[in-house]
Amino acid sequence: MISLANPTRFLSLVGAVVPWLTAVVVILLGTGLYLSFFVAPPDYQQGETVRIMFIHVPAAWLALFGYSLIAIAALGTLIWRHPLADVAAKTAAPIGATFTFIALVTGSLWGKPMWGTYWVWDARLTSMLVLFLLYLGLIALWQAIEEPGRAGRAAAILALVGVINVPIIKFSVDWWNTLHQPASVFRPGGPTIDPSLLTPLFVMAAAFTALFVLLHLIAMRAEILRRRVRALQQTQVARAAMAEA
Amino acid sequence: MSPPFTISFEARDIACERGGRTLFEGLNFVLEPGGALLVSGPNGTGKTSLLRQIAGFLPLASGRFSAAGAEAATPIAELCHYVGHLNAAKTAMSVRENLAFWADFLEGGDLDGALDAFGLAPLADISAGLLSAGQKRKLALSRLFAAPRPIWLLDEPSVSLDAASVKRLDAAIRGHLKQGGIAIVSTHVPLKTKFAQELALGREHAA
Amino acid sequence: MALGFYLIVIVIIPLGLGPNLNLLARIAPGILWVGLLLAALLSAGRIFESDYEDGTLDVIATGPLPLPVVAGAKCLAHWVATGIPLVLLAPVLGLLLNLPLSAFPSLALAMLAGTPAVSFIAGIGASLTLGLRRSGLLLALLVVPLYVPILIFGVSSVTPYVSGPNSLWQPLLILCALSLASIVLAPFAAAAALRNALR
Repeated sequence: MISLANPTRFLSLVGAVVPWLTAVVVILLGTGLYLSFFVAPPDYQQGETVRIMFIHVPAAWLALFGYSLIAIAALGTLIWRHPLADVAAKTAAPIGATFTFIALVTGSLWGKPMWGTYWVWDARLTSMLVLFLLYLGLIALWQAIEEPGRAGRAAAILALVGVINVPIIKFSVDWWNTLHQPASVFRPGGPTIDPSLLTPLFVMAAAFTALFVLLHLIAMRAEILRRRVRALQQTQVARAAMAEA
Repeated sequence: MSPPFTISFEARDIACERGGRTLFEGLNFVLEPGGALLVSGPNGTGKTSLLRQIAGFLPLASGRFSAAGAEAATPIAELCHYVGHLNAAKTAMSVRENLAFWADFLEGGDLDGALDAFGLAPLADISAGLLSAGQKRKLALSRLFAAPRPIWLLDEPSVSLDAASVKRLDAAIRGHLKQGGIAIVSTHVPLKTKFAQELALGREHAA
Repeated sequence: MALGFYLIVIVIIPLGLGPNLNLLARIAPGILWVGLLLAALLSAGRIFESDYEDGTLDVIATGPLPLPVVAGAKCLAHWVATGIPLVLLAPVLGLLLNLPLSAFPSLALAMLAGTPAVSFIAGIGASLTLGLRRSGLLLALLVVPLYVPILIFGVSSVTPYVSGPNSLWQPLLILCALSLASIVLAPFAAAAALRNALR
C-alpha cells in the first residue's frame, strides 16, 4: 500500500477541486455557447455553418492536447515510475478519443454544405482520423493486458512510439494530399478569421479545456479507487490461499 | 573444465510487489562460495518471483542484490543460470543444436560435457520436438553445463523427472557447490544436497 | 504463408473491381503496397512469440547480448524471411494487375527501401502484444496507423511512372529515412516491451 500513499493526497485534492471546477465549466460553457450561437455573426461565405467551427476547433485542439498529455505521462511511467502517471495516461485516452471523435463528426458535418459530401479525404480530417486510430490502439492495449502495471508500461511505450510518429504521419498525409488534390481547401482557424468570431472561439476553447480537466480528474479518481479494490481483493485471495496451506 | 567459482552473493532487505500487493519484504541472506539456499513455501508466496528478481526479470520493490568475488564486475543476471518452468527447447532443432546454441550464446563451450551431464548423448541428433516431457526437462538442465556460471537459479527443477534423473540432478547440484558455485533452489522434492539455509516464504517475512 | 496470403489479396481485388486493365494499372501500386503490409503483419506476431512461450526469452535475457541487439536481430530476421520474399513476389503480382513494365524498377526499389521499416515497426507491435489473447488483431490495430507514412511514400515513389514522370527520388529517400530511423529506434522500444513482458 506504500505506492498509494501519494494518490491519497491526490484524492483529497480532487475532492476539493471538483465542485469549483464544475462551476467554472458551467459558466464558461454557457457563455461560450451563448456567444457562438446568438452573438457571433454568420459568416458572409459560410453562413450559419461557421458556428460548427466553435465546437470543431476546440475539440481538435483537445484531441492533440490529450495525446500530448498521454505521452508526457508515459515518460512519468517509464522514467520516474510515478504511480499517478499511468492512471493519468489511462484515463486521458478515452476522453481524448471522444474529443477526436467530436472533431471528426463536426468536421464532416461542416464539410457537407462546404464540399457537398460528408467525408472528404482532406489532409486535416485524415490526420485526425489516424490520430483516432492511434487512440483506439492505446485503449485496446490497456484493455487487453490484465495486470495494470504491465498494461501501463506497454501503453507508455506505445504512446511514445506514437508521439514520434504523429508529426511524420501529419507530414506524409499533407504530402499525399497535395499530390492528389493540388487546390488548397478552406482552412478553418486560418489567419483570415474575423475578430468577432475569435472571442467566442477562445471562450469555447477555454470551456472545453476546463471540461477535459474536470472529466479527467473524475476519471482518475474512479481509476484509483478501482485499483484499490483490486489490490484489496488480491490480498484476500492470498490470505485464503495461506489459510488453506 | 569449469574453473572453481569464488563468488559470494548477498540479498539485503528484498521486497517484491506484484499488481499493487506486497508478496514479501525484508528478505536477507548471504551465500558464501559453495552455499545453497532452499526456497520453500505454499503456492503464490513468491518463490518464482524471488528467483526471477535475482535473474533480473522482475524489479525490486526495495533492497538490493550484490555479488562479491572474482567475477563481481559482471551484472548479476549474467552470473546466473535460470531454469524455470519453461524449458527453452526449440522443437525444430536437434538436442545437440539446442545445446550448441546455448553454449555459444551464453559464451560457454563444453558441448560434450553438457550432453553427458544428464545422459542425453544418445539422443543428440534427435529433434527436440520428439522428446518426452522429462527428456525436455533434462535438456533444459543440461544447459547448466553448456556454459559455466556461478549462480544456479532452479525453479522446481525436478518436475517431470524420474527417480534416477532426480538423483542425477541432486549430484549435479552437489558437484556445482563443490566447485564453489551457488545454488538457489525452490523445490518440493527432498534432495540429498545439504542446503546451508532455508528461506520459508509465506509464513513470516524474514528468513 | 505470408506469400500465399499476398497472392490471395492481389487476386481477390480484381475479382471485386472487374477486369478493367486501365483501372487496375492505375491502382496497382496502392494495392501492391497494401497487400504487402497486410501480408507482413500476418507473420509479425511470430517474431517473438515462440521465444516467449517456450522460455527462450528468459534465457536470452540472462545472456551477454544487450536486449535491443537481440530484438533488432529478430526484426532483421523477419525482414529477411518475410520482407524480401514479399518484395520479390510483388513484381510478379504486378503483372497480374497490368502494372506497366517501366514501373517495375521503382516498385522494387521502393519496396526494398521501405520493408525494413515495415519489419522493425512490426517488431514493436509484436513485443507489445506478447502472450495476449487475440494478439494478432491487436497487433494490426496498433501497427497499421504507424504504417501510414510508409504506405504514402511507398505508393508515391511508384505512381509517377504510371501517370507520367515526376519526382521519384524524394519519396524514395524519405522511405530510406523511415527505414533507417526505425532500424535505430525500434529495437529499443521492442526491448523495453520485451522486458515488460518478462515480468
